[in-house]
Amino acid sequence: MDFINGVLSVFPALLGATPVVLQLAVGAMILALVGGLVLALARLSGNRIVRGIAIVYVEVFRGTPLLVQLVYIYFVLPSIGISIDPIPAGILGLGLNYAAYLSEVFRTSILSVESGQTEAALSLGYTPVKALWRIVIPQSFTVSLGPLGNYFIAMVKDTALTSVIAVMEILKTANSINSQTFQTTEIYTAAAILYLSISLPLSRLVVILEKKARSHE
Amino acid sequence: MSNSVAISIQDVHKTFHLSTSPSLWQRLRGTKKVHTAVEVLKGVDLDIVSGETIVILGSSGSGKSTLLRCINRLERIDAGRIWVNGELVGFVEKNGDLVDERPRALAAKRASIGMVFQHFNLFLNKTALNNVVAPLCAVKHMTHDQARERAIPALEMVGLGDKVDTYPSKLSGGQKQRVAIARALAMDPSVMLFDEPTSALDPELVGEVLAVIKKIAHSGTTMVIVTHEMQFAREIADRIVVMDEGVIVESGDPETLFTNPSHPKTKALLSRSSNG
Ligand SMILES: Nc1ncnc2c1ncn2[C@@H]1O[C@H](COP(=O)(O)OP(=O)(O)O)[C@@H](O)[C@H]1O
Ligand SMILES: [Mg+2]
Repeated sequence: MDFINGVLSVFPALLGATPVVLQLAVGAMILALVGGLVLALARLSGNRIVRGIAIVYVEVFRGTPLLVQLVYIYFVLPSIGISIDPIPAGILGLGLNYAAYLSEVFRTSILSVESGQTEAALSLGYTPVKALWRIVIPQSFTVSLGPLGNYFIAMVKDTALTSVIAVMEILKTANSINSQTFQTTEIYTAAAILYLSISLPLSRLVVILEKKARSHE
Repeated sequence: MSNSVAISIQDVHKTFHLSTSPSLWQRLRGTKKVHTAVEVLKGVDLDIVSGETIVILGSSGSGKSTLLRCINRLERIDAGRIWVNGELVGFVEKNGDLVDERPRALAAKRASIGMVFQHFNLFLNKTALNNVVAPLCAVKHMTHDQARERAIPALEMVGLGDKVDTYPSKLSGGQKQRVAIARALAMDPSVMLFDEPTSALDPELVGEVLAVIKKIAHSGTTMVIVTHEMQFAREIADRIVVMDEGVIVESGDPETLFTNPSHPKTKALLSRSSNG
C-alpha cells in the first residue's frame, strides 16, 4: 500500500513535465519530417553532389549516438559561439537525428509507388515535379504512415535523453525528486508508467490511422 | 476533310541498355558490371493522317509498346524524328541536332497526346471522378467545379456515370480501363494511344472496353491502337501496321491485309488468331 501511495504521490510532479515532453517530440518530429523528406528527395535526385551530401548526412547522424549529438549541440557548439537553450537544443538534436532515419522511410515509400502511376501522370501532361508532389508523394504516405508513427513513439521515449542537457522533462524531474526524497523505486516506477501511458495510446492511434489510410487499396 | 499528318515517325531507333550484376564466376574474373544492349526499334517510319485509326499488330517483344511510348516521349529515341501535329516531341532542333526539350514544354505536348495503358494505371488513392478531375486541375488549371463539369460527362460517355465516387479497388478491370479512357479523353487530346487496352481483362469484360474505343474512333480522334483482338482490329482500323523485331514489315488496309497477307509474319499472326 505504501508503495502504491508513494508512486501516486510523485505523479503530479512528473505530469507537470509531460508538456515539455510533448513540446520536444512534436517540435522535433516536424523538423524531422521536413528534413527527412528533403533528404529523401536529395537521395533520389539525379545530381551526384546533392545525392552525396544527403548520403553523408544520413551516415553521420545514424552512425553516431543520439546522446552524443545532443551533448555536442548543447555543450560543444557554445565554444564556437552558438549557444542554444535546453529545449530548442533538444528539439534540434532529436529532429536532426530522426531526419536521417525518416529519410529512409520516405525514400523507400516513394520508390514503392508503382512506376505506372508516374507514367500515367506524365502522359496526362504533369511535369515530373508535379507528378512527384501530386501523385507519387501523397500515395507514398500510405506506406510511410506506419513507420513514421512508430518513429514518433520512439522519439517520445528518446526525449528522456535530453535530461543530460538540462531539459526538465520527465526523467530529469524524477532525478531531482529522487535526490530530495530517495524514494527511488516509487519515483522511477511512476516515470516508467507515465511513459507507457503516453506511448500505448499512441501506438493504438498509429494502427488506426494506418488502417484508415489503406482503406482504399 | 483535312488530310494533315497528325503523327510522323521517321527512321526511329531505340536501344535499351541493361547493366546486370555479374555472375559469381564473372566477378571472380574481375567483371564489375555486365552491359548488354538490345536494339528494340531498328528504323521505324510511319505517317498517320489526322483522324485516322491505326492498329499495330505484332507478336510479343516486337517493339509495339516501345514505339507508342516513344511517341509521347515516355521513352527517349536514340535516332530519328517524331512529330505530333507538326511539332517534335521531347526535343528541339538546334543547328540540325536534337536537344532535349524543357520539362514544361514537353508536358504541354504530352497533354495533347492521350495514352491508355495495359494495366490502367488509375491513381489508386482517388475516386473515379477525381482520377479525371485531378489532371484537369493540375494540368489545365481548371477550378474544381469546371473540372467536375467536364469529368462527369466523360465518365457518362464511358458508361460509368454511377461510379463517380468509387475507388479503383472497387471497380472491375473493364470499369478501370473505361475510367482510364475517360481520364485521357477529358484532356481533349488530338491523338490517343492505346497499348493493349484489353490484354489484362477477363474475356467477358473485353467487349465493353472495345465498344468505348469504337465510339471514340467514330468521333474522329486520331488513334494508334496496339491490340491482339483481330476481329476488332479488322473492324476499326483504317490501316493496319504489322511489326516484327523492331521494324514495320507490312501495312495496308484491313481487308487486303486479312484476306491477302503478303509477309510471312502477318500470315503467322492471322493464322494463330483464327485457330485460337
Ligand atoms: N525498359 C526496358 N528496358 C530494357 N528492355 C526493354 C524495356 N522495355 C522493353 N524492353 C525490351 O524491348 C523489347 C520490345 O518490348 P516491347 O516494346 O514492350 O514489345 P511489345 O510491346 O511488342 O511486346 C522486348 O524484348 C523487351 O524485353
Ligand atoms: Mg507491349
